[in-house]
Amino acid sequence: MQQFAQHYNNKYLKIKELSLDKTSSSKVRTIRNVTCPFCGILCDDLVIQNQNGKVKVIENRCPKSTTAFEKELPENTPKIKGKKVSLEEAIDAICAILKKSHTPLFAGLGTDAGGMRQVMQLADKTGAVLDHMHGDALIRNTLVLQDLGWITTTMAEIKNRADLIIFAGTDASHYLRFFERVIWNKQSLFNLKNDKRHIVYIGENLNTKAGISPTGKRPTVLNCKTEQIGEIISSLHAIVTGASIDVKEIAGIKIKTLEKLAEQMKAAKYGVIVWSPAELDIPHAELTIQNFCEIVKYLTRVTRFAGFSLGGNDGATTANSVCAWQSGYPLRVNFNKGYPDYDAHHYSTRNVLKNKEVDALLWISSFSSNTNAPRASIPTIVLATPDTKLNFRPDVFIPVSTPGVDHTGQLFRTDSVVALPLKQVRRSPYTSVHSILKQVIEKI
Amino acid sequence: MYIKLTNGIVYDPVHGINGEQRDIYIRDGYITRKPAGNVKINQVYDLKGKIIMAGAIDIHTHIGGGKVNIARMMLPEDHEADLVRKTKLTRSGCGHAAPSTLTAGYRYAEMGYTACFEPAMLPANARQTHMEMADTPMVDKGAYAMLGSDDFFLRMLSSKKDQEAISDYVGWIINATQALGIKVVNPGGINAFKFNQRKLDLDELNQYYGVSPRDIIKSLARAVTELGIPHPLHVHGCNLGVPGNVNTTLDTIRAVEGMRMHLTHIQFHSYGTEGDRKFSSGAAEIAEAINKNPNISIDVGQILFGQTVTASGDSMHQYAGHWHAHPKKWVIMDIECDAGCGVVPFKYRDKNFVNALQWTIGLELFLLVDDPWRIFLTTDHPNGAPFTSYPHLIRLLMDRSFRNDMLSTINKEAAKTSTLASIDREYSLYDIAIMTRAAPARSLGLKNRGHLGSGAVADITVYSEQKNKEKMFSKPDYVFKDGEVIVRNGKIVKVVNGATHTLRPEFDKGIEKSLKRYFDRYQTISLDNFKIDDDEIVEHGNGKIIVQPCM
Repeated sequence: MQQFAQHYNNKYLKIKELSLDKTSSSKVRTIRNVTCPFCGILCDDLVIQNQNGKVKVIENRCPKSTTAFEKELPENTPKIKGKKVSLEEAIDAICAILKKSHTPLFAGLGTDAGGMRQVMQLADKTGAVLDHMHGDALIRNTLVLQDLGWITTTMAEIKNRADLIIFAGTDASHYLRFFERVIWNKQSLFNLKNDKRHIVYIGENLNTKAGISPTGKRPTVLNCKTEQIGEIISSLHAIVTGASIDVKEIAGIKIKTLEKLAEQMKAAKYGVIVWSPAELDIPHAELTIQNFCEIVKYLTRVTRFAGFSLGGNDGATTANSVCAWQSGYPLRVNFNKGYPDYDAHHYSTRNVLKNKEVDALLWISSFSSNTNAPRASIPTIVLATPDTKLNFRPDVFIPVSTPGVDHTGQLFRTDSVVALPLKQVRRSPYTSVHSILKQVIEKI
Repeated sequence: MYIKLTNGIVYDPVHGINGEQRDIYIRDGYITRKPAGNVKINQVYDLKGKIIMAGAIDIHTHIGGGKVNIARMMLPEDHEADLVRKTKLTRSGCGHAAPSTLTAGYRYAEMGYTACFEPAMLPANARQTHMEMADTPMVDKGAYAMLGSDDFFLRMLSSKKDQEAISDYVGWIINATQALGIKVVNPGGINAFKFNQRKLDLDELNQYYGVSPRDIIKSLARAVTELGIPHPLHVHGCNLGVPGNVNTTLDTIRAVEGMRMHLTHIQFHSYGTEGDRKFSSGAAEIAEAINKNPNISIDVGQILFGQTVTASGDSMHQYAGHWHAHPKKWVIMDIECDAGCGVVPFKYRDKNFVNALQWTIGLELFLLVDDPWRIFLTTDHPNGAPFTSYPHLIRLLMDRSFRNDMLSTINKEAAKTSTLASIDREYSLYDIAIMTRAAPARSLGLKNRGHLGSGAVADITVYSEQKNKEKMFSKPDYVFKDGEVIVRNGKIVKVVNGATHTLRPEFDKGIEKSLKRYFDRYQTISLDNFKIDDDEIVEHGNGKIIVQPCM
């Protein structure tokens, strides 16, 4: 433990950007190029000021990053059944629970790559089931990947190339700087002017304001229910292939409108369909996502088109990626048989708790404090941010530090390609998930 | 602490030792001279009749990074028949075409390999590649950074920036991504595909930048030379898999005008257009060109029959090949104005004319290229076959009658067209030691690896000689890594981590000014965060960095 504290302190002192503002009496440190770990697009241009331990986002802020970075750390301690204990005692209690457990469930998994590496090792050792708090969203994409595959792209390609961007079932408003960072650019590599970009929205209750270009060019908006997006896309697919459709309307949208959009899609030089699997919260959303991917493939026969999935909050992309390289499978995996057993449906948190297939729960959430750890009638361990409010009393609770705020680390962006380094911007009295699980692995 | 390996038969081509009985002494992880008579030997291994070689080195194997991870995620059915249980020592995982990192490390070691090099690290994906390599235990590793389709480089080349500035950029990339070499994949073609070009010949122009693959290869080969990077430019040429590409490959050899160049998985680039099916072997012509041009080295990228997955940076040709996907699913990705990738599962069938001919073409290349110092044993894992098929491939090379037996089982027409039956050559153990140890180490500039002389790192493999070379090379008696026994009788007995090899070529830091401007305007991450700190590789305790000297 001591060693770890020492280690992180050393790292902290090494941060090159730290500068002492000598003109004021108080210590002000300014840290540049800070990666924000609080949503899946990982903006890494934040400028953060630390004044006597008080953190402020002073440049490139958004409401989400501001709230999360600037939130004061409440006092909290490790607890066993609500009673304050030392960290050592709490770790011993975790070991005792996991030792007794036949099949534990490790869920939440809101951690960084370092934390996830420890999760994997501990899961292998204890025969655990693994699922992420955004597991439902993750598998909507995974099922498509494993069925027919896809053509996808990344943020820098959208920024520089995309002349037609279709938001399907999402307005990207949960990713607050998405439009600022990749759509409405000051400059792009191939002189793609903002007014030459065409934005389309398909779905319900979408806030389409962000899609208005800086000079006022308005997006195309096709209003329909989330359940109908797939139907609209497959009709577009049919039109693109040259089929004629014998009705006047599909899902309340005039065929003429769809025909016009189909023409735009064929004429695009680099089209992108953006979806957010979490927001496609309908039964068998994977079929809707597959519709996106299949029209993208078809259009790629003649022009360039690609898909882009917005997600990856709470380290979801990181958990999925690390799980895949260490076990061979994406989430959801069960290690109870001594080897990784993959089943995207069966091993969901909801399912294994409901069916009583697990006899202990380890919940991890080191980014957000409102991720609703499930209440289960089995021994429960919660590693969560110190301000976490639970509606039950877990057997063991340890307040943990947040990667990218309290300690360094690495996190994957929503595109699964770019991983970014996380910085430490303040000192925290709390321990990292990585460090806690490392100690559990050593002791168990 | 001294360890002595006694009575073994040593194959150490770097020192010209061809199957001689020699004693080997190990001290503190290194091979050392025979100590004075009064020095205590702590441990003696009597290896009477056993074969001793340096640990094997795979110069081109896709073991880590984004496209491999896509392959893993996409193909649960690939893993199901090859699930790997945890043991007291080792972690669980799965094997076959896209194995988990842990299983890959274990299996390489169990086959006598002590170093593996990931050939296609996209700079934008370098952080992931290093994380995966760090999670690949047992072996040393390293990666070649992929350039040539990145917009920064193409802008420089098309605006006729001087070569020095381009070399500075290449030097910066090696440092920033912790690479050991530079690779170019379908030079400029991955970029051209983003502009909807579907093919790009050696002298065809990228429609936006107006530069050709020839320009790109020459510029990068020069940069590699000027920076003193030991491994020559690692080239995955134009027109992969396209019948007739034998001419492209011959032109590419001429294009570098005597500069050093490594042509990778050349089997996929040695196709002619003769015969009824307009698909024929170009192996003889390629081998002749390799024999004549001492500046060129190759690895083969042998295909072997069965199910695998092809994972490549060559999005253009992977897209073209997706029609042959088996099972019918595939991924293409454009990546960060940097590169791209394509992942297409594929089944090579011995009764299929084209696949059978590909098999013979690879073997013809192995057998017709004279100098084993310039040809390395690869299957371009997993593109031609999983790396676990290396012992089978070695048997095909060492055992002519076995090879001819196999030849008689493949597509008859392909077998008839091939000259393979008429080639008598059999590789010797000495040849194998060159092509799987000495030569790759030399090509990568790993001076204290790939041989058994004093000062070498004690990465050593001990085999029992057997007539069946597949059996022999599948299951070494011992594997030593840094002087410790890590494998006994083909099974892991100790888990180690291995190191990551990198380079630190010098370059003018002034290049960062234009890079910073470029990143600020066009990229979606900052220049500072693009760079990979030593700490990131070392921090979690799995990794250690070895900086290799430049030339």
